[in-house]
Amino acid sequence: MGEKKLMKGNEALAEAMIRAGCDAYFGYPITPQSEVLEYLSREATQRTGMVLIQAESEVAAINMIYGAAGCGKRVMTTSSSPGISLMQEGLSYIASAELPCLLANINRGGPGLGTIQPAQGDYFQSVKGGGHGDYHLLVLAPNSVQETVDFVKLGFELAEKYRTPVMILSDGAIGQMMEKVELFPQMERVADRGYPWQTTGKPINGERRYITSLHIQPEKMEEINRRLQAKYKKMQEEEVRYQATLIDDAEYILTAFGLVSRICMKTVQLGRAKGIKLGMIRPQTLFPFPTKQFAEIAPKIKGILDVEMNSGQMVEDVRLAVEGKTRVEFYGRMGGVIPTPDEILEHFEKTFL
Amino acid sequence: MTQEAIFSGFGGQGVLTMGMILGYAGIMEDKEVTWMPSYGPEMRGGTANCITIVSDEPISSPIISTFDSVVALNQPSIDKFEKAVRPGGNIFYDSANTLRPPTRTDINIYACPVSDEAIKLKNTKVLNMIMLGAFVKVTNVVQVETIWKALKEILPERYHKLIPLNQQAFEAGMNLIK
Repeated sequence: MGEKKLMKGNEALAEAMIRAGCDAYFGYPITPQSEVLEYLSREATQRTGMVLIQAESEVAAINMIYGAAGCGKRVMTTSSSPGISLMQEGLSYIASAELPCLLANINRGGPGLGTIQPAQGDYFQSVKGGGHGDYHLLVLAPNSVQETVDFVKLGFELAEKYRTPVMILSDGAIGQMMEKVELFPQMERVADRGYPWQTTGKPINGERRYITSLHIQPEKMEEINRRLQAKYKKMQEEEVRYQATLIDDAEYILTAFGLVSRICMKTVQLGRAKGIKLGMIRPQTLFPFPTKQFAEIAPKIKGILDVEMNSGQMVEDVRLAVEGKTRVEFYGRMGGVIPTPDEILEHFEKTFL
Repeated sequence: MTQEAIFSGFGGQGVLTMGMILGYAGIMEDKEVTWMPSYGPEMRGGTANCITIVSDEPISSPIISTFDSVVALNQPSIDKFEKAVRPGGNIFYDSANTLRPPTRTDINIYACPVSDEAIKLKNTKVLNMIMLGAFVKVTNVVQVETIWKALKEILPERYHKLIPLNQQAFEAGMNLIK
């Protein structure tokens, strides 16, 4: 495959976007994701001719995404928590209009303007809809620079397969850190993807193409809703991705997503060294959630410790999944504070042993 | 082998660069590398640091609270990170510019007068390279030749004329370790 490089998460994200044959990026700078726009401004247009616009705001950026996606283009935006909040209205429209696009949230501490340090407080916003109305984003949660790159490629594929907005939920630490990364080869930009719905002009003798999220008749709106829900059900059946480590003989399971899963992996090693049979389940897709996998393991273990950089959000999905068949406890740090492996082990021992 | 280190000092002393050079050298030797910088407002005028891990194994957490080695280029960094060195680990500090040196007896303390050495080389900017020389000499985490290759990779072509000075600084640092 491609070459190996040492890259920052944000730069690798931008590089992957170029290589994936992305047609356009619309965004607005915000720490800790500004390197994405900076990197693209140095590399993107000259290499592939992709369109790059620093919009006047995040509200404008997401609506540019809406427009370009409606033309059948491969498009992406990135931001961090407060900026993603500003995009929610547009995301709801895009989900309703069933247009493919990719966005990345380099999550920082909140609420409010918060802090620029890494956090996971946007889990609910990402997986439960975020904007108004009954919709979901398909949410991918990378835990390394490599996976950030892989998920850009996968994210575009899934967005186009399901005609849905896909979100990469990352955080400030993964965005800022450098790791070894293997890049996939440059893909051609596709001049015309030929979608039957793309608003690039009415074909002669063809049907009028019309993209909207406004359906005044409730029956029509319900029909749209049913279609969306069928799509989400299909995602739940076919697109769940997760990583299970050392679960075969595990008595206890740690679960975490993104950066925290890396920290928890160290906790698993520290615990194993002390003779505690720890294993780990890491959801890579947060929506669809690996509900079935948690349900299956629940009766076989003594408990689950869910660790997050928030006050306890994914833990609700874990509890729904296990339906009371095992004990589920939570440990978290908030506001941009990162828990350490020792701290998590100490909390685990205090809670379970 | 795994080396879990933190490079710390004032913003502008080149501590992030030290970790970066080590990181590049690490991947050139096909090792696993993570480089996690502090990127908060504390960087401006305050202290900066980066946790750099180089390993033959896959790296779990890029964020850790104790270290095999601490490189502290200023007093606040010594005060903050001396206690984070694992027993038997190393601390490297600038002995020519420190009022309160490390005092622990269960770790290896490397008093490196890097400020003086930089003045001898008539360039205070290479202070970080001098310290990196001392660090690599002690930890052996990468080959010295790989550091030269990494410098070529990191520096844009127009700055390649500075490589000999950086090599000289690095070697001066290695010579500080007896």
